[in-house]
Amino acid sequence: MTLQVEVVSPERVLYSGEADMVIARTVSGGEIAFLTGHAPFVGALAVGKVRVRPSGGSDELIAVHGGFVEVKDDQVSILSDVAELADQIDVNRAREARQRAEEQLRAAGDDEAREEAEAARRRADLRLEVASG
Amino acid sequence: MAGGQERVLRRRIKSVQSTKKITKAMELIAASKIVKAQARVEAARPYSEQITEVIRNLAAAGAGEAEGGSPLLTPREEIKTVGFVIVTADRGLAGGYNSNVIRAAERSLQAEQDKGRAYSLILVGKKAANYFRFQGYDIDAAFDGFSAEPSYEDAREVAGEVVRRYQEGEVDQVELAYTQFLSVATQKVQVKRFLPLEAEAITDTRDSGTEAEYEFEPAPEAILDAILPRYVESRLFAAFLDAAASEHAARQRAMKAATDNADELIKVLSRSMNRARQDSITTEIIEIASGAEALAAAASGESDYLQDRIEDPDLFRNWKRKLDRRTHTDEERR
Repeated sequence: MTLQVEVVSPERVLYSGEADMVIARTVSGGEIAFLTGHAPFVGALAVGKVRVRPSGGSDELIAVHGGFVEVKDDQVSILSDVAELADQIDVNRAREARQRAEEQLRAAGDDEAREEAEAARRRADLRLEVASG
Repeated sequence: MAGGQERVLRRRIKSVQSTKKITKAMELIAASKIVKAQARVEAARPYSEQITEVIRNLAAAGAGEAEGGSPLLTPREEIKTVGFVIVTADRGLAGGYNSNVIRAAERSLQAEQDKGRAYSLILVGKKAANYFRFQGYDIDAAFDGFSAEPSYEDAREVAGEVVRRYQEGEVDQVELAYTQFLSVATQKVQVKRFLPLEAEAITDTRDSGTEAEYEFEPAPEAILDAILPRYVESRLFAAFLDAAASEHAARQRAMKAATDNADELIKVLSRSMNRARQDSITTEIIEIASGAEALAAAASGESDYLQDRIEDPDLFRNWKRKLDRRTHTDEERR
């Protein structure tokens, strides 16, 4: 028995395949791993990486910028507005984005601007982390 | 002059032919875009189905039932202002596509006005903006530039604007007018409630059979609050995609009709051009023939048959001889 994993964005299905295990991070903090036979589960995902471990071969890493996960009958569905597979990430762009975020963070006047810059930095960090494996 | 008419017709045929080339090209382009747009509608389906299912599960767990639950689900007691999101195309040349949506939306807008409610317009596509501005309506927000190929980002932007107005109480209810894509041959204008979300998506799911006990993290209410705005976006995105596919289908049909009409027009025009040409040839032949006759006659000098061939000496020759003979015998008798 394996898990059927699907990562869907509003515009298309990003990833679809079988896996032994899926690890994700919910907004409550903390990672959660799904194996076959997991109880039905619905969760809100934090900005973080989702690790899909296929039956054979190496882990697939997916950068998920917020979203939801539903697990039922060994089906794992991950819904996300913005999600990227490791090989789709443009590392140079992510580096530039990180630098921009750093600058904005230094220049940020109020809390709102700081929060925004921090979020941007977090996203860039996540992309870099996922891209580097 | 007959030749002039022929030239005018030839010029018109040329111009119709070049128009036909354009409409034919647009028809083919629209046809290929329908296929792409349909594929995008299909590709967007898993997400909207999944998100609906997650919301169902949340509802089954009792989320959204508490008093003062998510405002996106709670109808307001008094409706003073109705918002209208009207989805049209940026470009015309699509038959009745734009005017159909606009007319349906305007009708329901006037119905709301008759009930004494105010309106608020949020327009998508240049055509809607042009129309409602021209008619003197107040426009609260207008978006354009993506009608033929909407991205999720576009839907998110519009949804953000709509939800903000709704949550801040500027509007108490939102209607969505767009064209639903049923098939290449059929599209249907829809004016539907957009906000607050119809509770039926949540309530009529109780009987959906296998009620598994779900675990939630965080609590169902928290997930619901986070997921509803996404749900609104995805519904709007689905409407945009339907509208885009409908736009291409309508344009393809309109351009096909235009191409057929051009063919027909070319046929009629070439017929009358040929007739004009034949007429002028016939006239020319007649002119040449009578001209040649006149010329030949002029070349042979005098032309009167009677005067030419019958001269008085001939005419009176026999008679003269008789006369001579008579004179002769008269002399002999004497």
